[in-house]
Amino acid sequence: MRKSRTLNLGTGSFVLLGFAALFFLTTQTTSRGLSFFGPPHYELTAKFDNVGDLKVGAPVSMSGVEIGRVDKIDFDSNEYKAVVSLRLNERYNKIPTDSDASIYTQGLLGGKFIGLTAGGADTYLKDKDQIDFTQSAFVLENLIGQVLANFTKSKADEQTPAPVDPKATEKTK
Amino acid sequence: MIKELWESFTDALESLGAVVHFLFRLIANTPRALLRFSLISQQIFNSGALSLVIIMLSGLFVGMALGLQGFQLLQRFGSEEALGTAAAIGLVKELGPVVTALLFAGRAGTALTSELGLMRATDQISAMEMMAVDPIQRVVVPRFLGGVIAMPLLAAIFSVIGIYGAQLVGVQILGVDSGSFWSQMRAAVGLKDITEGIVKSLVFGVTCSLIAVYQGYYATPTAEGVGRATTRTVVTSAVVVLFLDYMIIAAFL
Repeated sequence: MRKSRTLNLGTGSFVLLGFAALFFLTTQTTSRGLSFFGPPHYELTAKFDNVGDLKVGAPVSMSGVEIGRVDKIDFDSNEYKAVVSLRLNERYNKIPTDSDASIYTQGLLGGKFIGLTAGGADTYLKDKDQIDFTQSAFVLENLIGQVLANFTKSKADEQTPAPVDPKATEKTK
Repeated sequence: MIKELWESFTDALESLGAVVHFLFRLIANTPRALLRFSLISQQIFNSGALSLVIIMLSGLFVGMALGLQGFQLLQRFGSEEALGTAAAIGLVKELGPVVTALLFAGRAGTALTSELGLMRATDQISAMEMMAVDPIQRVVVPRFLGGVIAMPLLAAIFSVIGIYGAQLVGVQILGVDSGSFWSQMRAAVGLKDITEGIVKSLVFGVTCSLIAVYQGYYATPTAEGVGRATTRTVVTSAVVVLFLDYMIIAAFL
């Protein structure tokens, strides 16, 4: 009797430990855990033309301080825009209604995050409100495309006036 | 020569078929064995709780090695903060299930095989049959189920201890920022990775326990036969686990 009791105790604590480990893995090593145990929060949405590679779970920061996370990214097929749901900590509930949201990059090639800049309005955003002023992600490919376009244009500008002045070309010869 | 090769091939096929047949026999007997849960619980203790020390120690050292190696590698790209991600994904998806299965085969699988082999050699199994007690249901299925239940739990414990081992080396000793260690891990590890780890360790649990009880149950009833069956358990388990590991990764891609 005594022996089977210690045996059951051992089995029970082993199984408990195993499930505690599984629980730890699902809640503490994934972003999933935040939605179970997170502090009280409220949600805002923002529509962007382009979110780049913004991921669910990316931080939302204000003045560099993390105040929430990206909860969901959806596509609005009527407006052809990306709809981003932000889950913000209830503590930071005094965000003016005319604040704007932009997508920034952490470091040079790091992940994307959303930065909020406070506006000047006296009314504050509430749960399920929408941030109207948004600025899309800076997409590296587009920027490189623009630089290349400018570069070829300026090169073309340099080349066109050259034949107008034949003497100058003769002098260089 | 060709005839011998053909014969060894058909022998291998035959033993594979016998193992699969044995698995179906075990599954068919599972519902009735579940009624006597105390037997299974005792086997969970034998294969699981008694393997805890080796699993936890190995997990700690694997995690620490991963932390040190990962740090050296990631430092070259200036992204030491990704250490948490690298350690967690490596442990949860790959090292946790695989190393646990290999250790399980060595620690619990050999014990199962030699126990059943000795039962066979000392005619205990025949005695049970004489008393109209089905040895499969009374002896083999509880051991099999105990292993199947214990393996995912052991793998999860291994991964958690390993992550803390990596954290110990990376954050406490080498100075990676603790906040980014955990937050980058949380951002990168998804529920799918955890599921993959659990599926893997379940499959490995079935594989290792099945091979162990099969080898023990059909061991040649001599001292030498039991010894050989024990060796075969470890070798076959290791090879099959590594092969299945590749197959499961391919299936989850």
